[in-house]
Parts: sequence; C-alpha cells; structure tokens
Amino acid sequence: MTDWTYICTIDDIPTQGARRVARAQGLEVALFRTAADEVFALLDRCPHKGGPLSQGMVFGRSVACPLHNWTIGLCDGQALAPDVGCAPRFQVRVAGRAVYLHAQELASHALHETRPLAGPAVCT
Amino acid sequence: MKRSRLVMVGNGMAGVRTLEELLKIAPDLYEITVFGAEPHPNYNRILLSPVLAGEQTLEQIVLNDWSWYQQHGITLHAGCTVTQVDRSRRMVHASNAAGETMAVPYDRLILATGSNPFMLPLPGKDLAGVLAYRDIADTQAMIAAAARYRHAVVIGGGLLGLEAANGLMKRGMQVTVVHAAEWLMERQLDPVAGHMLQKALQERGMQFLMQAQTSALLGNEDGRVRAVRFKDGSEVPADLVVMAVGIRPNTGLAESMHLHVNRGIVVNDTMQTTTDARIYAVGECAAHRGVAYGLVAPLFEQGKVLANHLAEFGIGRYQGSQTSTKLKVTGIDLFSAGDFMGGADTEEILLSDPGSGQYKKLVLKDDKLVGACLYGNTVDGSWYFKLLREGRSVADLRDRLMFGESNIGEGGHAGQNQAAAMPDEAEVCGCNGVTKGSICQAIKEKGLFTLDEVRRHTKASASCGSCTGLVEQILMATVGGAYAATTKTKPLCACTEHGHQAVRDAIRANHLISKEEVFAFMEWKTPDGCPGCRPAINYYLISTWPKEALNDPQSRAINERSHANIQKDGTYSVVPRMWAGGTTAAELRRIADVVDKYQIPSVKVTGGQRIDLLGVKKENLGMPSGLAYAKALRTVKTCVGSEWCRFGTQDSTQLGQQLERALWAMYAPHKVKMAVSGCPRNCAESGIKDVGVIGVDSGWEIYVGGNGGIKTEVAQFFTKVKTAEEVLEVSGAFLQLYREEGWYLERTVHYVARVGLDHVKKKVLEDAAQRQALWARLQAALDGAPDPWFEGEKARVDARQFIPIPTPITAV
Repeated sequence: MTDWTYICTIDDIPTQGARRVARAQGLEVALFRTAADEVFALLDRCPHKGGPLSQGMVFGRSVACPLHNWTIGLCDGQALAPDVGCAPRFQVRVAGRAVYLHAQELASHALHETRPLAGPAVCT
Repeated sequence: MKRSRLVMVGNGMAGVRTLEELLKIAPDLYEITVFGAEPHPNYNRILLSPVLAGEQTLEQIVLNDWSWYQQHGITLHAGCTVTQVDRSRRMVHASNAAGETMAVPYDRLILATGSNPFMLPLPGKDLAGVLAYRDIADTQAMIAAAARYRHAVVIGGGLLGLEAANGLMKRGMQVTVVHAAEWLMERQLDPVAGHMLQKALQERGMQFLMQAQTSALLGNEDGRVRAVRFKDGSEVPADLVVMAVGIRPNTGLAESMHLHVNRGIVVNDTMQTTTDARIYAVGECAAHRGVAYGLVAPLFEQGKVLANHLAEFGIGRYQGSQTSTKLKVTGIDLFSAGDFMGGADTEEILLSDPGSGQYKKLVLKDDKLVGACLYGNTVDGSWYFKLLREGRSVADLRDRLMFGESNIGEGGHAGQNQAAAMPDEAEVCGCNGVTKGSICQAIKEKGLFTLDEVRRHTKASASCGSCTGLVEQILMATVGGAYAATTKTKPLCACTEHGHQAVRDAIRANHLISKEEVFAFMEWKTPDGCPGCRPAINYYLISTWPKEALNDPQSRAINERSHANIQKDGTYSVVPRMWAGGTTAAELRRIADVVDKYQIPSVKVTGGQRIDLLGVKKENLGMPSGLAYAKALRTVKTCVGSEWCRFGTQDSTQLGQQLERALWAMYAPHKVKMAVSGCPRNCAESGIKDVGVIGVDSGWEIYVGGNGGIKTEVAQFFTKVKTAEEVLEVSGAFLQLYREEGWYLERTVHYVARVGLDHVKKKVLEDAAQRQALWARLQAALDGAPDPWFEGEKARVDARQFIPIPTPITAV
C-alpha cells in the first residue's frame, strides 16, 4: 500500500495539541493528538473565519478555534451546533506509533481554500 | 438486552425537557412512553399570551413537533388521560376521548402533571363562556369569544390575569379586571409599583374593579354567562369570564396512588418521590423542600437533575431556586425579586418618581440585599438579582446601589440602555451585528430560555459582553415571567456544578497540583475539561502552588502558548518590552532591523507606549515579547515626570520602570494595566488602570480597580504613601491578593466589586504584617520566573509548535 505516506510519530505531536503538515499545494493540514492518543487530521482552517485550527485548544474529540472559539469536531470536521460549517477532513492511519496520511488525498483534497487577508491593502 | 421502561405522565415543558436531557446523556437506556391529556405535542405554554394577543401563532410555539417523538422512538399518547396507576403491578391505565382504554407497564415513572387553574366556587362557574387560562383549548376559546362578543371580565389581577386581559383587549374586547386585593400583582409588587402599573394599563383602556368580591356569575337563557355580580349587589356585563386567581399543583393522580402530597408531590433533591423509589415528579406538580415552582428556569434545572439520575450517573442535586418576576405586557417594564415588601427588621432605599413612571425599591437586611421591586426602568434587575442570590454584603455599595451597576457597557450600541425602547432594526450587539429583531425572533422560534442559549444561537453578547444587560432585558421581555433564576452559584463551565470559588478552595485545601487531580477530586463531567475551565484551573494551580504546580501550555489559549498575539490571518503580532515606555537608539535600531529581516508588513505604536510588529509568521517567532497578549501585567504607562516636565512633582518614569521590572512576569486572573503619573494633571491616565499611581508634592496617591475597556470604570482611591518603596509594597500586596482571590477572567474592578473595597483595605492597608506577607509571596512567586523567549524550555514552551512538518515526499 504505497498510498499511505509516513508523516511523523505520535510523539512528535504534543498531547492535546497539533502539528501542521505543509503540502505542495493548498493550505496546511492540521494533525491533532487527543489526550487519549487518538490522531485526527483536518484542513488547518476553521469554517467560520478561516482561523488556524492547529493553534486551538484540544479537548475531548474537539478543538476550539483560536480566533472566535468555535468548537470543531475532530472526527468529522463539523462545527458544534448551533454553529454551522465543516472543515475538510483527511484520513489518518496509525500503525504502532507511526502516523500516516493518504498521499493522494493530500495532493488532491481541499486545494482551493485560502487564508483570510490581514494588513494594509497591497496594490498590484 | 431488554431496555427498562420509562413512562411519563404529562407532556409539558418540564417533563419533555427532562426527556431531552436524558436522551442527550443516555439515548438508548429506556423505552419511553409519554401520556399527554392535551391533543398536542409539547408546546411553549409561556407564549400562550403572545398567541392570545395575536402576536404569534400556535404553530410557532410548538417546542417538539410530532416527528421529534418519532425520531427518538418515544411512544406518545396525546389526548390520552391517565386514570389510574397500579403501583404494585407497576401499570399505568389511561383512556382517550373516544373511551378507549389502555394499560402500559413501567419500571420507572415520571409524574409531570403540571398544575390546574384554581376555579372560584361561585354560583354560575359552569356557565358557557367561563374559562380558565391554562392551555391551548382555553386560548382558542378566548380567541373565538373575542371575535363574537364585546365584554370580558378577568377575575384576578396577577401575572396571568393581566396577560389575559391585555390579550383580550388587543383582540378588541372591552376588558374589566376584577381584583380582590388592594393593588395589582400583590405577590410580585409593592403598593406603589402596583398602582403605577394599574395607571399605565388604565391609560391603555383596561378597566379595574379593585378590592371587589365576586358573589356570582349570571347566565342568560342560553346558559351563557352575561354578567358578574358582586357582594355589594352591583353588576358588570360579561360575555366572557376568565378566572385567573391562581394555580394548584395537579396532584389528583398522585393522591389516588397514595403518594405523599403536601402542596405538591413531595420529592427529594434527586426529584424522587419520598414514597416510591421508582416514581419521580418534576415540574409544577412537584414540591421540593416545601416549594412548588411555577417558573421555567427552576423547572428545567429540576429536569436536568432528574435526567442525570435516570441516566444512572448519580451526580447532581436540585437544591432549590430563587425566583424573580417580569410582566410580559409589551411596553411595560417591571421587575421584582425576593422580599420586596420588607418588614420591621429591614431597611429600604427608595426612588419614586411616578410622574416620569420611575420607581425603584431596594430592601436590605443586615447590609444584604434581600428584595427589589423596579418599575419603569428595569435595566439593573439582573444585577440586583445577582447580588440577592449571592447574598453578599453591599455595605460598601450602599451609596451607589440605587443607581445600578449596570452591566451595560458604553460601547457598541449607541448608548442605548433600555431594550424596550429600541426598534427591531436597532443593533444590540455591535461586535457581531445582531439586531433586536433577530434576537427576539430567535428566542421565539427556537424556544430559547437562557442567556447562554441566546448567545449560542445569535452570538449577541458572545464577544465583548458589553451588551449582556440589553440582551438579558430582551430575553426577559420576550419570555416574561418564565425568565427566572438559576442556581445560587454559577458553575465554572458545563463540565462541572462547582463555581470558581469552590474550585479555588478545593485546590488550596487539598493541595491539588495538576488539572487531572482537580478533575478527579471535583468529579468533572468531561474527561479533560473544555476551553472554558482548563485555562482557569491552570491559573488557579500555578497561582496557588507556584513552582510546585507546573504550567500546562495545552491549557493556555494560543497567545499564551506561543507568546505572541494571533491575528485574523493566522499570523502574529509581537510587542517588544519597553520598560515603562522608555527606549534607546540601540533598541529602536534593533527593532528596525527585525522589521527588515522578517519583512514585517505593519508597525504600530500601541496604547501602552510600546511598538507593535504585526504580521509575523509563526515559524519566525523568536524575539522577546512584552507579554502584550497574556492574562498578566501588560504595561506600566508613565508620563515624563519631574525629570523633564515643568509641572512634574515626582519621578514617574523611574517609579514606572521599577514597578514594571518587579512585576513583568506576573500572571493574573486577567490582564493587569498600570500607570504612574508625575502630578495630578495625570497625563498617564492613572484613573482608568487596575493600579494607578499619581504623584503629588508630598508623595504618591494609589488608585485601584479602574478600567478603560468595554465599560470605562474610574479607579477608586486606595491610599496615599510617601515613598516609591511603599508604592511597590502596597501595589504588590494588592495585586497578590487579587491573584490569590480573583476568579479567572475577573478584572480588578469586578474583583473589588465582588469582595468589597473594605475587605481589600483590611487585608492590605490595615494589617502591615499581612501586607508584607502578601508582597513577599508575590516576590517569591515571581523570583526566577523564566522569560519564555529566552528560556523556552524552563518556561515549558513546546518548540515543536513553531516547526511545520515538511511536505511529505509522495511515493509513486
């Protein structure tokens, strides 16, 4: 099965925290580790205002977005009701301590989302 | 496995809420059957008044439609009255309008039978056109009568009676309210407020017969009511009579089952009947510690406790509620809570201006607020109610108490402070752009009852919170009498029943030094907390057991975890420390070099006399930051002072630097801002700081508890000292007290308001030994505190966060 690409070990991800995986194209993927050592991957972008979910607080099987505290489910990327929205989800495989992401999915899934802009308008 | 059978008698708000709570935590535990006497699914009984007044339709007030029951596999027998319960065989017998009977066995039984309207035993009470006001059928009958008839008499000038009278009047009837007492709503209002209410309603066309004793209802030849007769022989015409003289817990069934009934079905703190352990009672029919509640909030609380018990979790007790009242008649604002009448052993603070329609009465006993009655302006109702529930001494507030808090800030809603006067399109929440109309709509359509629910659904008051008071008013005005108390202490978050103080106390008393110990000791309901409680607990641990309890970076919000301030595009801003606003050419050159090196797009001078570098990428973070993002000391703002200024009397810059160097690493319940001015012209704006110092010729004045943010608060004079050393000791002791006693996210202004300035003065000023001990504890806690930017490992900064994992090489 060459489709699974080795990323890192579980221990490279802080407990109740996340790491960011850069991609050739598209925004980074956030790799989360829960207190119970489960690993989940979502596009590192909150469906609300595009906050980097990897920087949020991880609790249970959820992460709270660092910008406006929306709660996003790690299993499905869904915002907790009554908020509505969904962060694209990526498949994860854990074998022993090794964490793998699906290569084809990394290369093709959710490539067109962008970060919100900040700062003075740039003239082109 | 065969599931236990849970049967509920009653299909009203308290009962169905109990089921909702149960399904949330134990969706598959029971096979559930519900009996409801009315042929409707669960609807919002409180909103019958707006339906009667023509402001809403019946469809709009349904809370759980038929499909909800189906989805959750609940068997609903609507229009089916329970006639008998056989406790020995555990069997419920019921029959419907067609006379069909059925029998359903149970393992556990909930009685949620609500209450019945009390009908005066008058001759003629069974005539056509004589109604109670309790359910959809009554409301429909009243609407039908209003379309055909002209004269209505409402017997009873209480909350329900006045709402009925108002609705009938809006439907075009001429309405007379007959009331036995001297003034309206005598159980919720004092005489003055009662009379003001009467006058306001009279101006709208409602008529009143006060202290009138009804003797009989007279009928015509068709058997329909035509008039009401009084004891003095007089009569008023009436085509419709509504009796609203009170409700009684509906305990008929419980009595026939030989359950202990005393002003309601007697239950313990888990809502279990005291007679039969398989049977529970919840809602208006239940008597808990001698009280049967009739308001929604306490009933929902009961439901939560009962659900927890049914789910076999066995945590949570209902310990009673205090209630407050609000009339739901558009355009009339009144509020009352507690012992608003007062007595021989109480004192009153009064403001009475009937001309402008304003009345305020506060009842105090032993320097505690025990009751309040407001008419006209109810902005501060929730604040008074909070003081009343907390039962704290208001001695230090007495002179200001009457003028209210209010918890309304000054920014973001154009200075509005009375929700009733705002048009629907007016913006209530300036942070999230929420209008009054959309809040009202959400409350009605989604069936919201609490501030939290409104916040979650509309986002109003969910950001800076300055409009909380307005949102609360809108909620009260929309759901009226239903909006009421919660438990006495507000839980820290949804993970626990405990409040901030209980958590602080437990950490100290039991020497808890990790969040896991706190979660276990205090029986947290979630395995690892939430973003609400984790930062609070982390702060309580490290402030109570400095150097022993370890900081948990994963329990800190991003800014404190990465030691920079996150921006909306996911980059960061960094604010280099500048001691009390002073800098040098070398420092400025270094900052300029950093701007060039990292191509920082924005550079800005902050309000705290520093320079903000905006748009730094996370992987580039690595320069000493002035904790400009943390719940910690931010800056000590200073004026130029006596070194240069021709007016300066003291060296404010030097003292500011001394303070900042002594306190720079000080984490606190919330951010702390300080200022030092060199003369009373106060150019450093010490009057709106957590600790503000003002130099005078003979020494330094110290002010505490100021705030310049959401709601501008002027700091209070604390003390005057002679030397800079004394300023350090007093300020440090005050801040240490705040660090030890403050609740997480409580600014000094709110901390001082909660414990009272007298308490703070007693600990810091009057007792020199205690002051020195506080100051020594603060210095010990801060001694050797690592700078997270230089000593990352010692400060427990997880460096992995700054390093992205590179793009994986894809195997083809």
